[in-house]
Amino acid sequence: MALKASNLRVGDTHSVCIVEDLKRTQIVQYAGSSGDYNPLHTDEIFTVKVAGYPSVFAHGMLTMGMTGRMLTDYVGDGRLTKYGVRFTNQVWPGDTLQATTTVEEVADGIVKLKVETTNQNGVSVLSGYAEARVD
Amino acid sequence: MAVEKFLVEASHIMMFARSVGDANQIYYDADYAKTTEPGTIIAPPTFAQSSAQFDPDYFLRPKIGEPWFGSGKEPTGIKRESSGGGGGGGGGLHAEQHFEYHRHLHPGDVLSATVKPGKTWEKESKRAGKLVFSESITEYRDQHGELVITARGVGVRTERPVDSK
Repeated sequence: MALKASNLRVGDTHSVCIVEDLKRTQIVQYAGSSGDYNPLHTDEIFTVKVAGYPSVFAHGMLTMGMTGRMLTDYVGDGRLTKYGVRFTNQVWPGDTLQATTTVEEVADGIVKLKVETTNQNGVSVLSGYAEARVD
Repeated sequence: MAVEKFLVEASHIMMFARSVGDANQIYYDADYAKTTEPGTIIAPPTFAQSSAQFDPDYFLRPKIGEPWFGSGKEPTGIKRESSGGGGGGGGGLHAEQHFEYHRHLHPGDVLSATVKPGKTWEKESKRAGKLVFSESITEYRDQHGELVITARGVGVRTERPVDSK
């Protein structure tokens, strides 16, 4: 299921809706699995009254993790060699996210990819890159 | 932050994959995983971040017998320190994360992680005032001392909560 270099063209894209109407419970689930219990992600009272945000918001790493699923489904199991992102905007409960990757270069058995995740308003929430081994 | 013993376990990988909405059976089913190219259950690409579970001093986990800054009877369990970390609510926000995979993790790995500080820099932003960025580099090594993942994280402390659109 890995990608074949001969089938890839610069500019090829792969795009997946990685979450629809993000639930607070999924954010709680991520807090539990990752061990990041920052109340900003799960404790509405603290986040509104003490930290000054309109509501709890997702861990950046949850968005990176969900975007990673789009990548590994595309490049194949165990093929990723690099994956890095900037968190460009916060992700809120109720958000619907679309993750897209674009082929930038294919050389020496490695595909270089651009990675972008946007919310339902078309606003970027994550921007980055990945590299993977291809056949 | 340093982690001496990060046990990579199948049930933790399963729970992590569930939490990021990844249904790929390579994260759940050892028999299925044998039929894949890696030939074993592997960890999803951002799993190394959950080394926080194995960091005895990780400050974003409530610790037995210690005060916690999240809400209980009051909006916060501790007095707010006027340390200027406004908007971070304890520890700031995550600005960037980068991983380099020398190999992928699988159940049975016993990792250790060492963290080195990287660069720090400042930036002025319209949405959150002065931003102070700081970088850290984490090297994950396996039970044989081999480097398996290099991670680079960037945290940011904001002058005030980030304006959302």
